[in-house]
Amino acid sequence: MSTETTEEAHREGHEPDATHDATHDHPSDGKYIQIALILAALTAAEVATFYVEDSLGSLLVPILLSMMVVKFFIVAAWFMHLRFDSNLFTRLFLSGLLLATGVYLIFLLTFEFF
Amino acid sequence: MSVTAETHDPDAPTAAIDRAPHSEHGPADGHATSTGLSNEKLGMWVFLGSECLLFGGLISTFLLLRSREVEDMRGPEVADLYDIPFTSVSSFVLLMSSLTMVLALAAIQRGDQQRLRAWLVTTALLGSTFVAGQVYEFTAFLREGLGFTTNLQSSAFFVLTGFHGVHVTIGIVMLMSLVVMSARGSLTRQRAETVEIAGLYWHFVDVVWIIIFTVVYLIR
Repeated sequence: MSTETTEEAHREGHEPDATHDATHDHPSDGKYIQIALILAALTAAEVATFYVEDSLGSLLVPILLSMMVVKFFIVAAWFMHLRFDSNLFTRLFLSGLLLATGVYLIFLLTFEFF
Repeated sequence: MSVTAETHDPDAPTAAIDRAPHSEHGPADGHATSTGLSNEKLGMWVFLGSECLLFGGLISTFLLLRSREVEDMRGPEVADLYDIPFTSVSSFVLLMSSLTMVLALAAIQRGDQQRLRAWLVTTALLGSTFVAGQVYEFTAFLREGLGFTTNLQSSAFFVLTGFHGVHVTIGIVMLMSLVVMSARGSLTRQRAETVEIAGLYWHFVDVVWIIIFTVVYLIR
């Protein structure tokens, strides 16, 4: 959270700051709204591909998967605060994510999905 | 496991323990832990890592069953019944609920209880709208003759999206519990981490839908 918003809260007579760690380095409300607008634009672009999928041809799947990955990591990094928190949280989450991706890719390969 | 400085072996390295209460990412209640991090938050991240395996299994099973050509398959194909504009709106609603959730966290970090409750209720309402949309979609599928046991891909579809819907519903219960706690005055600024942990769960449910929306609905 920005210093500006913290000072504003103090002026408004809210509770005193007793949790330094909880407020450390987190983005301002405005930044969160900017992130949400980027996510909304990406979602709109994803939906737009539905109407032009014939013209995109074989590019459709890579484009959609790329946008999905970007949205996923934006939410994880900014809204879930992995960008600001301890690397251990990132490693724990990525461990589960990569294990799941690996296991189920092998599963799909085994059953000749691709 | 929580380890306090008093109970720690004096011969063991204590730097992390001593630093923990003052760590910039340490637990909000100031208790020292062996990692210098909040055990509750650590537990939530471990849980979310394990949830990746649950949803990964459900998504890959659906993909596999959808790709199989079955002779004399009963009922319509799931993909033929999708209403993409409707699901897009639902996806957008869930995405925006992540914004309101993070704004609720920012509010409690400022000690602003009124805005905390307002954003929590907004998040719960957006989540409820998403679940209502899912119920509508399921009803529409049933009207078209596609039930849970109609064929293999319909079973996989209902299990996958149903499990996600249950997760959203659990999230809504968590959010409303936080609203009640805040109204009773037991959710103080010092306990902002409680909101953060509930938020992690909520954002995870959102990122899972980001994958489902693309892989299940848009890529056919």
